[in-house]
Amino acid sequence: MQDMRRCAPRWLGRVPYAEASQLQQRLVAEVAGGSGEHLLLLEHPHVITLGRNAKPVHVLAGEAARQARGVAIYPTGRGGDVTYHGPGQLVGYPILNLRPDRCDVRRYVRDLEEVLIRTAGDFGVTAGRIDGLTGVWVGREKLAAIGVRLSRWITSHGFAFNVTTDLSYFNLIVPCGIAEYGVTSLARLTGRDVTVAEVAWRAAARFGEVFEREMAPASEEAA
Amino acid sequence: MSVDVIMPQMGESIAEGTITKWLKKAGDTVKRDEPLFEISTDKVDAEIPSPSAGVLAEILVEEGKTVGINTVVARIAAEGTAVAAAKAETKSEVKAETKTEAKPEARAAVKPAAPAAAPQPSSVAAGGTPSREELRRTRSSPLVRKIAAEHGIDISGIEGTGISGRVTRQDIMAHVERGAGAPAARTPAAAAPIPSIFKPGESTRVEPMSAIRKKIAEHMVMSRRTSAHVTTFFEVDLTNISKLRERHKANFEAREGIKLTYLPFIAKAAIEAIRRRPIINASVDGDNIVYKKDVHLGIAVALDWGLIVPVVKKADEKNILGLARAITDLGERARTKKLSPDDVTGGTFTITNPGSFGGLVGTPIINQPQVAILGVGVIEKRPIVIDDAIAIRTMCYLALSFDHRIIDGADADRYMADVKQVLQTAAFGDLGV
Repeated sequence: MQDMRRCAPRWLGRVPYAEASQLQQRLVAEVAGGSGEHLLLLEHPHVITLGRNAKPVHVLAGEAARQARGVAIYPTGRGGDVTYHGPGQLVGYPILNLRPDRCDVRRYVRDLEEVLIRTAGDFGVTAGRIDGLTGVWVGREKLAAIGVRLSRWITSHGFAFNVTTDLSYFNLIVPCGIAEYGVTSLARLTGRDVTVAEVAWRAAARFGEVFEREMAPASEEAA
Repeated sequence: MSVDVIMPQMGESIAEGTITKWLKKAGDTVKRDEPLFEISTDKVDAEIPSPSAGVLAEILVEEGKTVGINTVVARIAAEGTAVAAAKAETKSEVKAETKTEAKPEARAAVKPAAPAAAPQPSSVAAGGTPSREELRRTRSSPLVRKIAAEHGIDISGIEGTGISGRVTRQDIMAHVERGAGAPAARTPAAAAPIPSIFKPGESTRVEPMSAIRKKIAEHMVMSRRTSAHVTTFFEVDLTNISKLRERHKANFEAREGIKLTYLPFIAKAAIEAIRRRPIINASVDGDNIVYKKDVHLGIAVALDWGLIVPVVKKADEKNILGLARAITDLGERARTKKLSPDDVTGGTFTITNPGSFGGLVGTPIINQPQVAILGVGVIEKRPIVIDDAIAIRTMCYLALSFDHRIIDGADADRYMADVKQVLQTAAFGDLGV
């Protein structure tokens, strides 16, 4: 346990997608330059994002329906297909340098899943994986989605964990192109009104555990 | 001296990766560690830096291709090494485009949005200085080239006003408006004016065809000339679908704001059956049969001013709800003239619905370059014999016109038997409603 790498978790509240993207880009450059790692925790206003592999048909909503519900649309550089973010959903963007000991894409995704499975466990929900699909699932319903980007082993994008998400917004899309599976949320599974921030801190703790990072806020840092 | 660029290993158990994007083109100078291409493995996208500085000499693996780790995907020539300047990409794009005129399929393939038909390194042939004509053809923007392809215009013949003689959008639009490249001008029939057989005034009214009418006329005759049309008819019992629809109709309309018609079910059945008989979703290209992986489903929409066939892209990935939404959306946009060119190209199979006007059954004309079209007759209750008793069932005639050049009657009838089976068992699983 000597000399654990430090990772600064930050709860940012509600951040527009574009703003969070820019912040990530900046931090990726910083981490590439050798500075400390980050775990950004936040929620987005309603937005549909298209991964690099997104199929436009997976955005089912007609333009009118989408706009009527105030949902923006945004292409991104992460892996994966289409997804929805919105209030009540915990979004986590780890900006880590996977070098030297964690240079394995599959392991990274599995580790993120592990963080979220343990986090769900903290709220009494037994979640797991489905072979061949990424994300964290309860039965055949998706509790959390994962979409990641690597640039020279520096990570960006990350996970989206439904806490009190209004799941009807997922009807606007085929989440991650997987039509036959549903989505769920922590609130729906537990019947409790948990706050996103509360889950964020649990997730940060679990993140440190799985990734063997000391989760210490970087005090001198300008947000 | 050149350096091989390889598909990196992104994880212990990962044996392959897909190139999603080349960030540099052949001929570009790259610095060491500068992002060179992007790959995707296990839903993770990664940017791969260049292993050395120099000039990207060859791209060996196109965007969209999946290759094993350590496969050489490109070569980087050390700086200063002469590289054939002609760019692989633009070259092959031109080649593909000159073939496109009659083939919307191929046109879809060269759109920048679908980089699948990418450079073959073998075409990095001759270097040398490109001619002015060559420049116009290769250096004009994708938009200009698309317009040119749509109108069957050879860009090299247009005087460009853009940078180094490039043809701008204004140039080509002016050219199109002058009528130089109007599609009708290409058909031999239109080349020599046919003397009119009617004289105006003699209890007749002469009206010039609208542009869309002319296009439809040309397309229909071209299709009859191209394909060996045969039509087969099946009678299908839609009683089960009718029940399914009754069960979900009200709820569906309340929740989705659109009507649940029979069409999405028929579309779904047609797509399911295509999965089993991919020849129905093919095209003829010279002496080759081209099988298409995705089903882009054309839905013929009757308009007051003609007929248009918007396309549900990747219809095979949609459930009933998704199909219903897409069909409604395209129909609405067709009627309000809000379709984009993209909405009406790239179809691989078409459904037409003469039954909506009471037609019992029709013999539709194939929508080229497709090879089959499904016509749906009127859906109504009819007395039929089941187990020697007369029953009242919801019935419908389906007609499949197919291209006998590549589809034999047995294939077509097997396909229709599959469609019928899916519809009659109404086994649609999750409707998404």
